[in-house]
Amino acid sequence: MENASADNAADVIIVGGGLMGASAAFFLRKRGRSVILLERGLIGQQASGTNFGNVRRQGRYLTQLPLAHRSREIWSRLPELIGEDCEFVPSGHLRVCFTQEQAGRLENYAHDAKAYGLELEILSANALRSRFPYVGHEAIAGSYAPLDGHANPRLTAPAFGRAARREGASVEENAEVLSIGKVGEDFHVETRDRGTFRAPTILVTSGAWAGAMSSRFGEPVPLVARGPQMGVTEPLPYRIAPVLGVSSPLDLETVYLRQVTRGNIVFGGGNRGPVDLEACRAYVDPENTLNQMPQLRRLLPGIAAVRIIRVWSGVESYLPDDLPIMGPSEKVSGLFYAFGFCGAGFQVGPAVGDVMAELIDTGRTSLPIDAYRIGRFAQQKAA
Amino acid sequence: MADLRVVVVGAGPAGIRAAQTFVEAGLRPIVIDEGNASGGQIYRRQPAQFRRSYETLYGFEAKTAKAIHDTFDRLVGQVDYRPETLAWNIYDGAVHTMRDGVAHKIPFDALVLATGATDRLLPIKGWTLPGCYSMGAAQIALKAQACAIGRQVVFLGTGPLLYLVSYQYAKAGADVAAVLDTSALSGQIHALGLMTSRPGLLAKGLYYRAQLLARGVPVHNGVTPVEIEGTDQVEAVRFRTRSGAERRVACDAVGMGFHLRSETQLADLARCAFVFDEDLAQWRPETDSDGRASVKGIYLAGDGARVLGADAAEKSGRLAALAALQDLGLPVAVRRMDVLRREQQRMEQFRRGLARAFPWPAELARAVADDVLVCRCEAITAGELRSTATLKGAPELNRAKALSRVGMGRCQGRYCGSAAAEILADVRGERVEAVGRLRGQAPVKPLPLSAVRGAAS
Ligand SMILES: Cc1cc2nc3c(=O)[nH]c(=O)nc-3n(C[C@H](O)[C@H](O)[C@H](O)COP(=O)(O)OP(=O)(O)OC[C@H]3O[C@@H](n4cnc5c(N)ncnc54)[C@H](O)[C@@H]3O)c2cc1C
Ligand SMILES: Cc1cc2nc3c(=O)[nH]c(=O)nc-3n(C[C@H](O)[C@H](O)[C@H](O)COP(=O)(O)OP(=O)(O)OC[C@H]3O[C@@H](n4cnc5c(N)ncnc54)[C@H](O)[C@@H]3O)c2cc1C
Repeated sequence: MENASADNAADVIIVGGGLMGASAAFFLRKRGRSVILLERGLIGQQASGTNFGNVRRQGRYLTQLPLAHRSREIWSRLPELIGEDCEFVPSGHLRVCFTQEQAGRLENYAHDAKAYGLELEILSANALRSRFPYVGHEAIAGSYAPLDGHANPRLTAPAFGRAARREGASVEENAEVLSIGKVGEDFHVETRDRGTFRAPTILVTSGAWAGAMSSRFGEPVPLVARGPQMGVTEPLPYRIAPVLGVSSPLDLETVYLRQVTRGNIVFGGGNRGPVDLEACRAYVDPENTLNQMPQLRRLLPGIAAVRIIRVWSGVESYLPDDLPIMGPSEKVSGLFYAFGFCGAGFQVGPAVGDVMAELIDTGRTSLPIDAYRIGRFAQQKAA
Repeated sequence: MADLRVVVVGAGPAGIRAAQTFVEAGLRPIVIDEGNASGGQIYRRQPAQFRRSYETLYGFEAKTAKAIHDTFDRLVGQVDYRPETLAWNIYDGAVHTMRDGVAHKIPFDALVLATGATDRLLPIKGWTLPGCYSMGAAQIALKAQACAIGRQVVFLGTGPLLYLVSYQYAKAGADVAAVLDTSALSGQIHALGLMTSRPGLLAKGLYYRAQLLARGVPVHNGVTPVEIEGTDQVEAVRFRTRSGAERRVACDAVGMGFHLRSETQLADLARCAFVFDEDLAQWRPETDSDGRASVKGIYLAGDGARVLGADAAEKSGRLAALAALQDLGLPVAVRRMDVLRREQQRMEQFRRGLARAFPWPAELARAVADDVLVCRCEAITAGELRSTATLKGAPELNRAKALSRVGMGRCQGRYCGSAAAEILADVRGERVEAVGRLRGQAPVKPLPLSAVRGAAS
């Protein structure tokens, strides 16, 4: 084994440069820890750069709201923190539903969310019509989150990566991690063509590829990789400020859209598509695109006059309880995980980096993350 | 055997010969083309009520055009022809089509992609002014609609179409104000050796040029375009001659194009492997000598595989269909395939000659001024692309697209892709192949959100 010089040793090595890894690198530097971030391709090339861009708190599990609030606060401060706003616009988020039963769920959620500090406005059919006249008439109720919004995912993780670098992190792109071994107190991280790196602490933020890594440390998780199906229309005059989404128990009906100020309408939802972890790509099944069309027309009838110019997907990973894994390894000291964000990691990404940095730096977190323990699946198996 | 599903996309010379070959083997191919009539680019048909003769429309190619049209007309009933139908995606062994807002999914055992080529463009200051057309569009206006793009037209660019279209305009009575070729005459003369493999084509090229000169049309070789001038509309073209003198030609329209680029989106969506073609400085799908792509069951023919012109398109269409039949386990005349293969090789040499005679002017693309729009769909200037690449870092083209939006619009990078790659490579001090190529993304062309699924066919 080659000798690790000062250049390839640090306090913390982060494996995987999506939004989680890039923001963790940034916040660890803010705490004065030396950091090496190793990314197989380019920063933010996978889920973090291909997602829908929803910066949405409403609809999350109530217990995740503290993390989402912390993130929302960081989203507003991006210009001062990392030097650019990543096109974040707090333009509101509106969920609508088609059945009384679902309207009841929206109401209950709004009631419960209040206790967690999230104020939502429940809108009747009439209120929907007058405030958001473009929404389809099948919608019978809505829940409006005035302070949620959207941002440009293509810009966000790279911006965190550059900011981390400016703060002194060594951000290594095209550095695929092949193996991680513990030798004494240190981890030795072997990369393809880029040599070996060494640190006493490892943070695994390798998204859909993290399951293979945790397994090697004896902590397998039932992680499933799928690709949410996205698309974008030609540009139109900018009229729709809030992100619009359907709330439904049926995957097929659950579409969402947002108009960017440039005018295009970005949309997604419905059934997910297949993923090739080896090729690092997710695909759009054309059937899904065709299925999205009538659902989008239900949500926004005017969209029927518009054309789709591009579709895409991204590699996202899901866990059976729809909650991520965040926290220390329960088998190996010095090892930490943050992955499996179940289609909802973009909004919380900045706070995930912040919280993981806090955990690594101080050994504790100021908001609860116990629900995200990696050990929860091991217990299930044993039971 | 009758239930073998063979599909051809494109009803130009390549697609028509492929379809014919399938019919001869006893199959009933589905032929998809977004145009409202068969014939493809070169043998594009005029609207039904127009009455120009084949000679007027196709000149030297009149006989071939008629033969191609007649062939396809005779296939009626033996092929399932679907005009005005866009093949917008290929996924999991099926072609996805859209016609008039109705979607269909067509599973295939063999698929021949004969999608042709489009103009290869590069940005020149003023190229977004009304009155500026691609060379192909200028020709289509004339061929299909019998109109000219202007009263006084400058043709600018390079490639064999530059002379052909200029000649067609002059012959039709338009005032061709100038033909401005970025390629040097010396290069064209040097390449003659390679092009003698097809003396007929070579002679035609020389003929068009001689005809233009005889009509007093100024033809300049080795020019450097400076600007297409105008306030609300094209008014003039400024350029530097080979010796460096600056000239200005007044005009009210410009037809521009720098040879052709293969239409490869469908092959890309089908996940075919691509190779970099040194001669043309562009990427194309990898094929074997018969047109087999890297993905099983997919075959490429005509200009969509490599730009070899119409005669070669016919041959490669036949060859690709024969290869498909062979792979499907049907009997084929192996000798016939050998002959076609040899002829393709001769064409290949000619193609290299053409590429040398009319080289892609990479240096022009690399030198585009900062304030010139590169990506018309998304309104991204060369300066924005350069500063993104410098400040944010973009080691390859898709990253530059993600960060700057270049190539992100409805043309899917058809117009800007070539130039954007050169500009990015220039910023990085690299060869153009090092920055890769824009990945194809469905739909090949925009899809109406009003679409519905059609009944199973
Ligand atoms: C299409 C789509 C739409 C979505 N929409 C939304 C939304 O609207 N709102 C929302 O909040 N969330 C959304 N999400 C979810 C969100 O994008 C993800 O949860 C989040 O980006 C995950 O970030 P990450 O850093 O964990 O993963 P990733 O961004 O995937 O990053 C993991 C990184 O690890 C790298 N890596 C993997 N293996 C190795 C290795 N061996 N060595 C080195 N590096 C490695 C990968 O290359 C990758 O860059 C969506 C996701 C997708 C795919
Ligand atoms: C604008 C233009 C003008 C040209 N004019 C001449 C000329 O005058 N003389 C000459 O020698 N050469 C000309 N060429 C070169 C010419 O393309 C070839 O010589 C010849 O036409 C190639 O035949 P092909 O069958 O490969 O493709 P084409 O003749 O181009 O036929 C391809 C067909 O595929 C269809 N198609 C493509 N994509 C799709 C899709 N996704 N879905 C459905 N249908 C699709 C198109 O509608 C088209 O009909 C021209 C090229 C262009 C681009």
